[in-house]
Amino acid sequence: MFDASKVRQDFPLLTRGDTVFLDSAASSQKPEAVLRAMDDVYRRGYANVHRGVYAWSEAATAAYDAARAEVADFLGAPSPEEIVFTRNATESLNLLAYSYGRTFLKAGDEIILSELEHHANFVPWLVLARERGVVLRFWPVGVDGTLSLAALDALITPRTRLITFAQVSNVLGTITDPRPVVARARAVGARVIVDGAQSAPHMPVNVADLGVDFFVCSGHKMLGPTGIGVLYGRRELLEAMPPFLTGGDMISRVSFEGATWNEVPLKFEAGTPAFVEAIGLGAAVRYLSALGMANVRAHEIEITDYALERLSEVPGLRILGPDTADRHGGAIAFTLPRVHPHDLASLLDQRGIAVRAGHHCAQPLHERLGITASTRASFYVYSMPQDVDALIEGIESARKTLRA
Amino acid sequence: MSDLYRENLLDHYENPRHRGSLAGATISHEETNPLCGDRIRIDIALSDDGETIADIAFSGDGCIISQASASMLMEDVIGKAVADALATDRQHVLDLVGAPLTPSRMKCALLGLKVMKTGLANWRLARGESSGLA
Ligand SMILES: Cc1ncc(COP(=O)(O)O)c(C=O)c1O
Repeated sequence: MFDASKVRQDFPLLTRGDTVFLDSAASSQKPEAVLRAMDDVYRRGYANVHRGVYAWSEAATAAYDAARAEVADFLGAPSPEEIVFTRNATESLNLLAYSYGRTFLKAGDEIILSELEHHANFVPWLVLARERGVVLRFWPVGVDGTLSLAALDALITPRTRLITFAQVSNVLGTITDPRPVVARARAVGARVIVDGAQSAPHMPVNVADLGVDFFVCSGHKMLGPTGIGVLYGRRELLEAMPPFLTGGDMISRVSFEGATWNEVPLKFEAGTPAFVEAIGLGAAVRYLSALGMANVRAHEIEITDYALERLSEVPGLRILGPDTADRHGGAIAFTLPRVHPHDLASLLDQRGIAVRAGHHCAQPLHERLGITASTRASFYVYSMPQDVDALIEGIESARKTLRA
Repeated sequence: MSDLYRENLLDHYENPRHRGSLAGATISHEETNPLCGDRIRIDIALSDDGETIADIAFSGDGCIISQASASMLMEDVIGKAVADALATDRQHVLDLVGAPLTPSRMKCALLGLKVMKTGLANWRLARGESSGLA
């Protein structure tokens, strides 16, 4: 069975025991296996990938390709060629807005995106809308913090070309099942992008079963290093899309007259890729698969359930988003009367408790909720009930200090 | 007792000095801290010769550090020469706050100062004078 206290032993920074880390939704800690996989590349045979005809380069290329296959497998992508490595989820979404959006969307076409989106899935579409006259329609968040299909149905029109939303909200923790969205999109010939930055790390994801057209996530939120992100796209769509960035590696042939593009996914990977980071991400998904993503999610439900219960005992504390763990990802944002999130986070920091305070890159959502900021505690595979207990004690102590 | 939230700071937060707006303000300027949404607006009434801060008031919302430091700043600059107010440095305000602040919280503490200085500087520039900022 899943044992978080044993899992924690794999994370060098956490075994130090000086910090109660409750900010995994922003970025996760890294297990020894990931650190070692990356270190090994540099220590045992490092050279640039592709085109090298010597051992170090060929080994690095093979490891890079293997990482892509592992990520494809982890996400349920039918083939590794449908996995494009980017820097992060933000870059993946920008790639889509530039390459897909500017090629296939025209003035008057409609994009539906939810009100709870992270700025990464907001701003690229705002820019596209301003530039191309594409119309944005916002899928409203209900009073219970969820995105309802009834609300979506009211927005879909024959002009809907794209629906994009987070499978798990980084603020509300809201989980939205992509399947019924995909069915509705198909009915009007629209594409579906799922922002999986907060879902891929925490629950089993199979992009083929979900039937989505595109799926994005960030390596650093799923035990991997920074600087590596993922874009899954159905092959026929990736093939129809023009390159995003251009230069080396992404070409097939270049002459003084012009250039032709490499095959997917390399067409989208201009320049030396972050291949050591990709290899680190490969190790991360291997580690997660060994834990079992169903177990990872079961543990998350358990700790989220406990946290929701303990937090709801704090007088006046308002939990944003769904109030039951089965409908809630591992991030819980809340507000406390008369205590500003930054003051609370500073006081918690003095006790060695790391939470996030602010708008969590979701200002439109906070505007909708009528607040400017919230405090967020988020959990992962190494989170334990005593972390929640420390948080509750810290909140009680802060309320006393601030006389709230 | 917390190092950060000492009695004096909490007192300024709970009983802010010079909070509100000025009907006859010469200058009115507002800014927000995009990180946390702290918002401060400062109204300044200058003396007839434009050289002295005759009256000043702030309004806004946000964390204790931003609001209490603005209150402290009001007390500190009221009656001062505009030139001296423009010369107020960061450290002076951090000393008024008197708490150990991390870099992200310094932004909160310095928001009021930034609003006051920008307001004063803009007013001078609009009159064709140099901003007076160091
Ligand atoms: C839902 C969601 N989408 C996108 C992102 C952007 O991720 P990154 O900053 O790694 O590009 C985040 C990160 O917080 C997120 O939570």
